[in-house]
Amino acid sequence: MSWTVIQQIIPVFVQAFWLTLKLSFYGIIGAIIVGMIASFLRYFKVPVLRQISAVYTEVSRNTPLLIQLFFIYYAFPEIGIKISASAAGISGLIFLGGSYMAEAIYGGLNGVAKIQVESGLAIGLSRGQLARYVVFPQGLTLSIPAIAANVIFLIKETSIFTVIAIPELTNTALDQIGLYYHTDESLFVLVIAYAIILIPLSIVLTWLERRTRRGAFGN
Amino acid sequence: MATPLLQVEHLEKSYGDVHILHDIDLTIDTGSVTVLLGPSGSGKSTLIRCLNGLEDFQSGQLVFSGQPVVPSPKVWQQLRQKIGMVFQSYDLFPNLTVLDNILLGPLKVQHRAKAEATAQAIKLLKEVGLAEYQDAYPRQLSGGQKQRIAIVRALALNPEFMLFDEVTASLDPEMVRGVLEVLRNLAQQKMTMLVVTHEMNFAREIADQVVFLENGRILEQTPGQQFFTNPQTERAQIFLNSMDF
Ligand SMILES: Nc1ncnc2c1ncn2[C@@H]1O[C@H](COP(=O)(O)OP(=O)(O)O)[C@@H](O)[C@H]1O
Ligand SMILES: [Mg+2]
Repeated sequence: MSWTVIQQIIPVFVQAFWLTLKLSFYGIIGAIIVGMIASFLRYFKVPVLRQISAVYTEVSRNTPLLIQLFFIYYAFPEIGIKISASAAGISGLIFLGGSYMAEAIYGGLNGVAKIQVESGLAIGLSRGQLARYVVFPQGLTLSIPAIAANVIFLIKETSIFTVIAIPELTNTALDQIGLYYHTDESLFVLVIAYAIILIPLSIVLTWLERRTRRGAFGN
Repeated sequence: MATPLLQVEHLEKSYGDVHILHDIDLTIDTGSVTVLLGPSGSGKSTLIRCLNGLEDFQSGQLVFSGQPVVPSPKVWQQLRQKIGMVFQSYDLFPNLTVLDNILLGPLKVQHRAKAEATAQAIKLLKEVGLAEYQDAYPRQLSGGQKQRIAIVRALALNPEFMLFDEVTASLDPEMVRGVLEVLRNLAQQKMTMLVVTHEMNFAREIADQVVFLENGRILEQTPGQQFFTNPQTERAQIFLNSMDF
């Protein structure tokens, strides 16, 4: 392994690092929004939309991201929907992550004790008020550990973006290896780069879990 | 002259195929305390939950303040402001402070002015001896304190009728007295109440009327202390003998 090579390849990896972060960020935010919508449809048993969201969840969870990306990037243009590789990557991450986030959030909402719901009803809260003041604050708190696990999972999944040639971290490493044979150096920098993202993030998420749990339930 | 606040007429309730309540007929007068007694599983909780719409029922009718109740989510949401309920488990919202627990109904459901509702909440907290806990979270309180606050939370809506379902049953013995004291004061203030309890001495002390339920049927409905001294049915006699007091 050569130190000079590492210094030489760092700038491209820095670019790839920011790109990975950026795509992950949009993908995760989108996945959480989709997950909230899907879980609310299920929790509130919204007719029709709830069935549609159940079908989406099944498809999303039972197909690999690789195939989802191929569809979005290569098959959609056939029917006139053309998007950039980055947009396809983010869409794929949202499509995959949305169902995982939906499961996480639904699990939390469903975990709110029945007596809490009844106590809310007993003081005259409407369904909407019950959701806003009782079910969401408690349920979302309960779902944070599962959401956090999904965040980490989705960031790791961005490595699959390489198949549609997005120059994120894994793609950059494979490029460096394929074009210049910088195998050891690239893999080394790649591991470090993912570690820089994932280790602090999981520390922050664990801290957040504890804090919100304490805030909502006192333990 | 006693005026009825709530009339239950021929109420029938099943869970699926299982018939739980049979032909319940019951009148509760304004300002009176009705104690609902019966062995475990006799249907006391189910009945009380039917009275504030937490359970639906298959036939029969409720008349509240002379108005027949036409069950629907909207109607129940309105009525629950007049019919308060406190459960066995101390079920405060853990994500809200004591004061916010109490104010949720008055502010969000009844849209009352914050200053007025807060003043009332603090007055009620004082009455149950917990004024200094208004900013505490439920996790910082004992079971008995939580239960007293759950009562205040229900009272803050200025209900006309209060349902209490074994509110002391999961409390440590030393906590029971404080909660019973709150109920006793309410009775003195002429709050109309339906109380399920296993505290027989307390029941005897506050009951204007005793309803004895077994296997989902009302076996006795007697005024005052009569039930305790002179029960009419053998089942009631057996029940009383089984409770040591
Ligand atoms: N959600 C339910 N589904 C089916 N059966 C129930 C349900 N809740 C209560 N029961 C049954 O109804 C009967 C009366 O229960 P309950 O009203 O809780 O009695 P009590 O409060 O007098 O102990 C019991 O046999 C109980 O098993
Ligand atoms: Mg019960």
